[in-house]
Amino acid sequence: MELDSTADVSARLGETGYLCDEALSTVAFLALRMQRPLLLEGEPGTGKTALAEALAESLDLPLVRLQCYEGIDATQALYDWDFPRQILHLRALEAAGGADPEEAEKSLYDARFLLARPVLAALQQSPAVLLVDEVDRADDEFEAFLLEVLSTYQVTIPELGTVKAATPPIVVLTSNRTRELHDALKRRCLYHWIDHPGLEREVQIVRSRAPEVSEELGRQVVTVVQQLRDRHDLQKPPGVAETLDWARALHHLGTTGLDLATASATLGALVKYREDAEKVRHALDQMLRA
Amino acid sequence: MVATATTSGPGGPEAATDWVRGADEVLLGFTRALRAAGVPVTQDRSQGFLAAVALLGLDDQRATYRAGRATLCAGPDDLERYDQVFEAFFNARDGLPRTRPAAPATNPTFGELPADESRGEGTTTPDEVVRAMASETEVLRHRDVAAMTAAEKHRLSGMFATLQPRPPTRRTARHRSWHRGDVDASRTLRASLRRMGEPADIEWRRRSVRPRRVVLLIDVSGSMNGYADALLRLAHRFTQSVRAGSAAGGRRRGVVETFTVGTRLTHLTRAMQQRDPSRALVAAGETVPDWSGGTRLGETLGFFLDRWGQRGMARGAVVVVFSDGWERGDPSLLAEQMARLHRVAHRVVWVNPHRGKAGYEPVQQGVVAALPYIDDFLAGHSLATFADLVEVVSRA
Repeated sequence: MELDSTADVSARLGETGYLCDEALSTVAFLALRMQRPLLLEGEPGTGKTALAEALAESLDLPLVRLQCYEGIDATQALYDWDFPRQILHLRALEAAGGADPEEAEKSLYDARFLLARPVLAALQQSPAVLLVDEVDRADDEFEAFLLEVLSTYQVTIPELGTVKAATPPIVVLTSNRTRELHDALKRRCLYHWIDHPGLEREVQIVRSRAPEVSEELGRQVVTVVQQLRDRHDLQKPPGVAETLDWARALHHLGTTGLDLATASATLGALVKYREDAEKVRHALDQMLRA
Repeated sequence: MVATATTSGPGGPEAATDWVRGADEVLLGFTRALRAAGVPVTQDRSQGFLAAVALLGLDDQRATYRAGRATLCAGPDDLERYDQVFEAFFNARDGLPRTRPAAPATNPTFGELPADESRGEGTTTPDEVVRAMASETEVLRHRDVAAMTAAEKHRLSGMFATLQPRPPTRRTARHRSWHRGDVDASRTLRASLRRMGEPADIEWRRRSVRPRRVVLLIDVSGSMNGYADALLRLAHRFTQSVRAGSAAGGRRRGVVETFTVGTRLTHLTRAMQQRDPSRALVAAGETVPDWSGGTRLGETLGFFLDRWGQRGMARGAVVVVFSDGWERGDPSLLAEQMARLHRVAHRVVWVNPHRGKAGYEPVQQGVVAALPYIDDFLAGHSLATFADLVEVVSRA
């Protein structure tokens, strides 16, 4: 499973339907080779999470996903004990006839009662791809905890001992920049800012991700979306994910070319704010007339 | 503009002209030039850069460029500077770009405190001095900050320490054990486990409490000139005491994010985290490029929401806007953005320095536009009003 060059990375990702430019494939290549976590920032919907998925698929590795949220702590990221099953186990021992208490206690903290949460699961399954999604949503204490795991790739469970990954997992962190991440965490990572793709690349992405959509419709959809992104007055400019949704929605309605009626009916796939929908409908009217 | 790049020492432009001294040296020279241009490049980042270039091969300049972007940069601002320095260092070679953050237009430090004339006249007893000082302090608490002399401001700056902001709190999805409340099944099971599965006492739990984020948006346009110092000191006080956590209340430490708004939006949180107030203010002065400019509150607020707020920073937070509402832009845009802010934030507090003055009516276009979307409309011209604000925020 060795990748020898950036071109290799880009080709392998391409096979899974993820098209990336050379800058991104370079960073991905460096992250794989230098065994450093990859920190991706950029507008929502530019394919940060999708990269981790594509990496896992192209390298044929399991993807372990840790979704961060405000208030997440180490027990939700590492491990927990399965108490109900432990109790059942005790009852079973009892029913089988008086077990030795010491033995019984020992058997309680067995690996089979351990609920591995994402980080531990990734270390156990490694080689794996560990996706730490939206790390900026977690608190900075959690960031510090992540930093520790990411620098040693090992976790200590008092009852069981230390779990160390045989090969460090490939770690992808994504952030939406709702707050500045701590410098110490950033220093551990390779950094990449993902922009919206250009017209041609986005057409390619639509072709590869939604092959059922006709080339003509795909191109029309992308042209409209690119113009909308240039307007700068939308609350949430559509990302690539929205482009794909919209193209698929139009396709399901049997549309082969854009017209105002079907376009307005499917706007919900493209924009998610009422104010934006008004603006887009107006803009579409002008674009389609032109 | 400051020409610091040309005086950056031995690693500066000289290294660029000396290709033969070995690749590593050139690359390290580049990182030094980058540092001189304001990108915080640390030793380990430089090492990562060298390793990345070694992996990609030295012959391809685009590869070197991308390796540097991945290993030396930490944000969009860095990327912009990186591009300029790279171009100048490897291609132009006629001196480095001078993109160091602009020097402060005004330096927000206070004048030296002149010797106190009221003392040393020899006729007052120490007791009278203390009483006089006490009442003076009380008077100062209620004085308008903008009308103060430099000496009074200096005295006031010490008094900011009396403000004790506490982070507002929210209930979380997580629970903690408590002596009453809901049954804590997991803890009860665990307790029963300790008795070899015998039913044990029932454990209870309740929702735990976490600090809410506080976001301060400070208008530093021309009309707010007299208040900028005091407001930054207030922001610093907020940042420091909330970060330290209030030991008395037993609550956890919270997060305060500070921005200045005016003609553009500037993220000041980093600067405010300096412990020493005067250093923090100098750092703020170096960061903010638009002191005393115009006000385009609607636009900058929109920018704040697009870039930070809506994605999560303002979500569920207590947002405090310090502004007098003299809006040069379109008030309907301001209204639109305030409505957005109000939908995202837990509570929106508007602090207007003129609010507390006699005869004030909220008639400025900006204030009128924003008023429907404000939860608390407070005065903010003196230390006493700042204390009120601290109280409102802590209880939000």
